[in-house]
Amino acid sequence: MPTEVLMPALSPTMEKGNLSKWLKKEGDKVKSGDVIAEIETDKATMEVEAVDEGTLGKILVPEGTADVAVNTPIAVILSEGEDKGAIKDARPSPLEKAAESAPPAKAEKPAAPVPPQPKAPEAPAVHAASDPDIPEGTEMVTMTMREALRDAMAEEMRRDKDVFVMGEEVAEYQGAYKVTQGLLQQFGAGRVIDTPITEHGFAGLGVGAALAGLKPIVEFMTFNFAMQAMDQIVNSAAKTLYMSGGQMGCQIVFRGPNGAAARVAAQHSQDYSSWYSHIPGLKVIAPSNAADAKGLLKAAIRDPNPVIFLENEILYGHSSPVPKLDDFVLPIGKARIARPGNDVTIVAWSMGMSYALQAAEQLAKEGIDAEVIDLRTLKPMDVDSIIASVQKTGRAVTVEEGWKQSGVGAEIAAQIMELAFDYLDAPVARVTGKDVPMPYAANLEKLALPSVAEVIEAAKAVCYR
Amino acid sequence: MASPKKAPSADAKAFDGRPVPDFSKDEELAAYRTMLTIRRFEEKAGQMYGMGLIGGFCHLYIGQEAVVVGMQLVLKPGDEVITGYRDHGHMIATGMEPKGVMAELTGRAHGYSKGKGGSMHMFSVEKGFYGGHGIVGAPVPLGTGLAFANKYRGNKNICLTYFGDGAANQGQVYESFNMAELWKLPVVYVIENNRYAMGTAITRSSAETNLSRRGISFNIPGEQVDGMDVRAVKAAGEKAAEWCRAGKGPYILEMLTYRYRGHSMSDPAKYRTREEVDEVRTHHDPIDMVRHRILEKKLATEDALKKIDTAVRDLINDAAEFATHDPEPDAGELYTDVYR
Repeated sequence: MPTEVLMPALSPTMEKGNLSKWLKKEGDKVKSGDVIAEIETDKATMEVEAVDEGTLGKILVPEGTADVAVNTPIAVILSEGEDKGAIKDARPSPLEKAAESAPPAKAEKPAAPVPPQPKAPEAPAVHAASDPDIPEGTEMVTMTMREALRDAMAEEMRRDKDVFVMGEEVAEYQGAYKVTQGLLQQFGAGRVIDTPITEHGFAGLGVGAALAGLKPIVEFMTFNFAMQAMDQIVNSAAKTLYMSGGQMGCQIVFRGPNGAAARVAAQHSQDYSSWYSHIPGLKVIAPSNAADAKGLLKAAIRDPNPVIFLENEILYGHSSPVPKLDDFVLPIGKARIARPGNDVTIVAWSMGMSYALQAAEQLAKEGIDAEVIDLRTLKPMDVDSIIASVQKTGRAVTVEEGWKQSGVGAEIAAQIMELAFDYLDAPVARVTGKDVPMPYAANLEKLALPSVAEVIEAAKAVCYR
Repeated sequence: MASPKKAPSADAKAFDGRPVPDFSKDEELAAYRTMLTIRRFEEKAGQMYGMGLIGGFCHLYIGQEAVVVGMQLVLKPGDEVITGYRDHGHMIATGMEPKGVMAELTGRAHGYSKGKGGSMHMFSVEKGFYGGHGIVGAPVPLGTGLAFANKYRGNKNICLTYFGDGAANQGQVYESFNMAELWKLPVVYVIENNRYAMGTAITRSSAETNLSRRGISFNIPGEQVDGMDVRAVKAAGEKAAEWCRAGKGPYILEMLTYRYRGHSMSDPAKYRTREEVDEVRTHHDPIDMVRHRILEKKLATEDALKKIDTAVRDLINDAAEFATHDPEPDAGELYTDVYR
């Protein structure tokens, strides 16, 4: 039986990749462990190894093919004694299948079924073009959030020699999630600094450098690891200005992916939005699209206060338009109406915007006109924008991946109650992560996270529909 | 702990047997004055705490004065100093005004932090004093970061990062040691080993009680210093500072010292004997030793020293007076300085 070689996933969130190169050709003998091809995503490059001994019978996906879905058969390996004729038993390549334009044949199940790769939630169709802070008629360029973040750092590093970036794998490895790609080459090892795996130590070192007047960007590989650095962030970075009577501040950005990625379980899937937004002295930003990521990261780097910049691994690879401006900086503390509407206000940020916008589209089909607010900054929170919207709609739903108790949604609900009680036609509803550590199993993980269906249900509930 | 040199002696030796250079007349007199200022300041702070004028935690530096005064002598303009919460001595040694420090202790408007920091959280950008930090061990990465900034800017400045024998067991200390040596940062780690971390003797808390050896696995040189002899402190400090300024990386100095008072004002000090404290006070007091040398070598007369004593007392009394009558911060200060 010929063995299929499948397009591998490089990370829990990878859905597709490019087949950049075949290192073996049809007819070549291969043994287990031989590198037969190279694949890449915008995040990383990886070698594909043969898992069986035999002959490379057929290449199903030619090199240079872009966007090959994970688990697509890319080649067939024949074992001893088998000839090419055996290949017809194997699944046709998707390319051939597409060419045939036949009605979708039931794909033959592989002998050892591979569980379907978890599908990351769809990217929010967020476009920043409606942002009043972007001048009308500005040319837009489409880029990934990853590129937008990198460009923001590079622009600020060019602008100010006191800005530098440090963290685990930010330099030679080009970033664990490739956010700092190319910065080492551009700015050198003095300003793009690989640290040991010591979050407590290097976060404190960054704060010390900031007390001395430098402007560090400290990357946490993920915010899960920043718990080790919590004391330095809260006690040293956030409080020193106050404790020194205004003498000594701390201009520093702590950034990295926050929240659930996919299938990395409890210790690597946590949303820290409410943790940091609890602390006076910190500013907290959580963008949902490339333009906001760029404009707000530039603002964060220039802000004289410590800023927590919460990114999202799933969003890194998503593309959206970014204004082509020499110096695009957005104001911190300003929400954006991502979708205007009249019936119910949905407040979200970061990944939550994905659920919110999809829900709004479906609600529209059912005659409910939702207004979606992208909070963008969690602290200081743009309460005015939320209140103005609720005064119009009379109903509100909050969406977050974090847990319900003491979550950001709880704060939004309290603000609405205090400032717009008389405008409310229904109690505020909160869609949140479930009150459990993040499970590993694909089905349970899905249940633990908020869903589009839950947002729709909540919106209908507050509309008494 | 290897005990500090007994009795006041004119020719001190470092623990490795090297002779410690004598101070000049001016150095002896300046050291005497500054150490005495710290001693009198702390005694006054203790009294005022007892009177209810100072609140919260108040950690006195009495007994350890030679450490900061000796180390301060090796600093150049632009160098930084950072420490934990037993910080009053460091502030006075860096040249901060006793008035401003005392007014901060009483939580008044003209304290160094406008009354918002208190005993453990005071700073002076002007004097290169970066705090004053309340969390054990936290100043070590911060001081390493200050040194990082020196290296980043390519100046020849160094950072003195003080911490105690208790903090020496914190994980972040070793994370910092690793980066400091890896990146050759100009930081002198000054471990003030006063033998007790709050109430726990070093022998009960530390597997390796020779703290100067704590950098060995990072290739950081270290040495023990008689922290009761200001001359030994300065000599060791010069060597360490030179090492750092030459770009060779960090250096560890373990100062063997002793605090006479409790960990904080609220410490009943049941963990050590009265005899132990008296022995150090009588035979190893850092100020008595300087005074003795000055008189023995006839660098100044009793009368001249008395004049210094009086001037110091007046300075401290003025500070106490000021701190007692300075108004509390305006209520409007509650919301200032959270962001800038």
